[in-house]
Amino acid sequence: MELKPPAITETGETLTGAEVVMRCLEAEGVEYVFGYPGGAVLYIYDAFAKQTKVRHILVRHEQGALHAADGYARATGRCGVALVTSGPGVTNAVTGIATAYMDSIPMVVLTGQVPTRAIGEDAFQECDTVGITRPCVKHNFLVKDVNDLASTIKKAFHIATTGRPGPVLVDIPKDVSQHTTRFHYPEHVHMRSYNPVVKGHAGQIKKAFQLLLAAERPMVYVGGGAVLGEASAEVTELVRLLNFPVTNTLMGLGAYPATDKQSVGMLGMHGTVEANMAMQGCDVLLAVGARFDDRVIGNPAHFAAGNPTRKIIHIDVDPSSISKRVKVDVPIVGHVRDVLHDLLALIKGTKDRPDPAALAAWWAQIATWRAKDCLKYDRASKLIKPQFVVEKLYEVTGGNAIITSDVGQHQMWAAQFYKFDKPRRWINSGGLGTMGVGLPYAMGAKLAFPDMDVACVTGEASIQMCIQELSTCKQYHLPVKIVNLNNRYMGMVRQWQEFFHGNRYAESYIDALPDFEKLADAYGHVGMRIDKPGDVEGALREAFKLKDRLVFLDIITDQTENVFPMVPGGKGISEMILAEDL
Amino acid sequence: MRHILSILVENEAGALSRVAGLFSARGYNIETLTVAPTEDATMSRMTIVTTGSDDVVEQITKQLNKLVDVVKVVDLSEGKHIERELMLVKVRAGGKDREEMKRTADIFRGRIIDVTDKSYTIELTGPTEKLDAFLEALDRSAILETVRTGVSGIGRGEWVLKA
Repeated sequence: MELKPPAITETGETLTGAEVVMRCLEAEGVEYVFGYPGGAVLYIYDAFAKQTKVRHILVRHEQGALHAADGYARATGRCGVALVTSGPGVTNAVTGIATAYMDSIPMVVLTGQVPTRAIGEDAFQECDTVGITRPCVKHNFLVKDVNDLASTIKKAFHIATTGRPGPVLVDIPKDVSQHTTRFHYPEHVHMRSYNPVVKGHAGQIKKAFQLLLAAERPMVYVGGGAVLGEASAEVTELVRLLNFPVTNTLMGLGAYPATDKQSVGMLGMHGTVEANMAMQGCDVLLAVGARFDDRVIGNPAHFAAGNPTRKIIHIDVDPSSISKRVKVDVPIVGHVRDVLHDLLALIKGTKDRPDPAALAAWWAQIATWRAKDCLKYDRASKLIKPQFVVEKLYEVTGGNAIITSDVGQHQMWAAQFYKFDKPRRWINSGGLGTMGVGLPYAMGAKLAFPDMDVACVTGEASIQMCIQELSTCKQYHLPVKIVNLNNRYMGMVRQWQEFFHGNRYAESYIDALPDFEKLADAYGHVGMRIDKPGDVEGALREAFKLKDRLVFLDIITDQTENVFPMVPGGKGISEMILAEDL
Repeated sequence: MRHILSILVENEAGALSRVAGLFSARGYNIETLTVAPTEDATMSRMTIVTTGSDDVVEQITKQLNKLVDVVKVVDLSEGKHIERELMLVKVRAGGKDREEMKRTADIFRGRIIDVTDKSYTIELTGPTEKLDAFLEALDRSAILETVRTGVSGIGRGEWVLKA
């Protein structure tokens, strides 16, 4: 390949492409790169060895690298970075990229590619990375010239972290990482085709303000966008000023304190009665960084028909999330924090408040729904109830831990029973629902916050999907706590089979489970097996006392326990099944 | 409803597949698509004809705007516009039908651009319906081959689509 002469405005040292990558990461303040080496990225790995500023974390599978970078991003709000080789390295990474994409997590994924001259020749470990990842990235690039490398990486970080965040992939052919160029890292990015809207429309914000003041049965619905947009303080202030009830989605947990009396808990398929009924019955709904996902509102036709006079205000940085599933009355495109800031200024500028008598009646109605106590479970059981374990985990950690979860029943119990009072304490795969994320998420979070307690709530099926990362935890001394709610079933699959498939537990029973205690031991960690309710609290306390060790708590739970409330797929969110209905 | 979307995109490798991929991934239909660089060589302009309710087309437009390569999107069918499509038709034109074929082409302002003793190749430009009408006016068995470009559209008057 011929090299273009550097433009005269570019100054700086002559570096290889691999060294350029390092300098760019350093300029972006990247602490950790999660990755796995291979032929196509060897020059980049060599450059790692020659510097000390950016630390590389070697995982055991590329999927683990992507999830760990994602977990780091979710815990810190900063951009996660992953590096994998071409071909199988990339295909292994796709699940992690899609997971981050669905939850709008800022990530930059660097991938190796075969040398430019070999592209298209079905070379060893070649695959069309840009093509394979196109539907699950915010954007991707193939760098064909080392002179474009630095500016492309700059663009990648810019796109990944602005507007609605998301993963951006940069595919780097091997020769591009080998060739040299004059290093110049641009300070600013200008792209005529990429200008996300930040500031909400003043007229729309005023309309929203008037609707909120006139509301008699208001509801605030807070999603993951409020966490990503760092709008927790603004949400909390607004909700308290107006004395409105508030619900958080699975992704929005912690954006408003769960222990606060105005919180009605999580909504949706496994939401509380009070949240779902208030959502369905309200006259004014303020949606903040939430996208009316099918797991949140169920059937949109039912949601609309159930309350045709309800007015909906929707604040979101992504215009395509507005009126996608549900028709919105007042759309406000903009950064949630900025829009809420403007809205708060209007509210604070007037003494007018929503009719207190109407609000009191609405709160009284909510109290009757709350009285259902829809999360109750059998506390006298001789078997360990998973809900009880999560409650104890909350007590033992004082509500101050970062909790990651995998996907399944345990995820819902963690969401329902651990009370998140702060954002970025609850890390899980909401959109894609990826099993196996929990342990790598915990690794990313623990690296970001080494002094905090980090626990991964998982199940015996989920944990086995990325269990090899126990080895990574050993190598880098990541003393996370794994709380394995072991019911010897793919629990959520079993629950659906029980409800909708005539109790035919096709392939949901996991025979031949490993001895997790010995497995943890084999990886050099501490394993514990707990099978009596009376031992749960003590085991948790002991695990968290072992500050320097990874502890794998294999907790043998009631095999038949189900997640309630539950809204069957396709139904409206007020059509909940409660434990007592069965 | 039929909509004509006019899209300015960066003239970069992969831009077309990003747009096409968006339609296929979300289950939208592309009826016709034409694309070529504009007077500014760094930009291409696509014209996509698609069908869907207003809500669907609004969502398509929003999703297109979200693509990083896309500079601008307008729905030409929302305002006054001109649309044209080019068609080349090869028809049987021998013996007694030869004159009739020429007359029909003239009526539709088609131009015969290639001739053999048994065939004509006719070039026809116009809105989609005009090209359809021409084909309907012909005896089906006379049509040997057709090729159409899909719609290109532009706003009427002084209104322009610029980056």
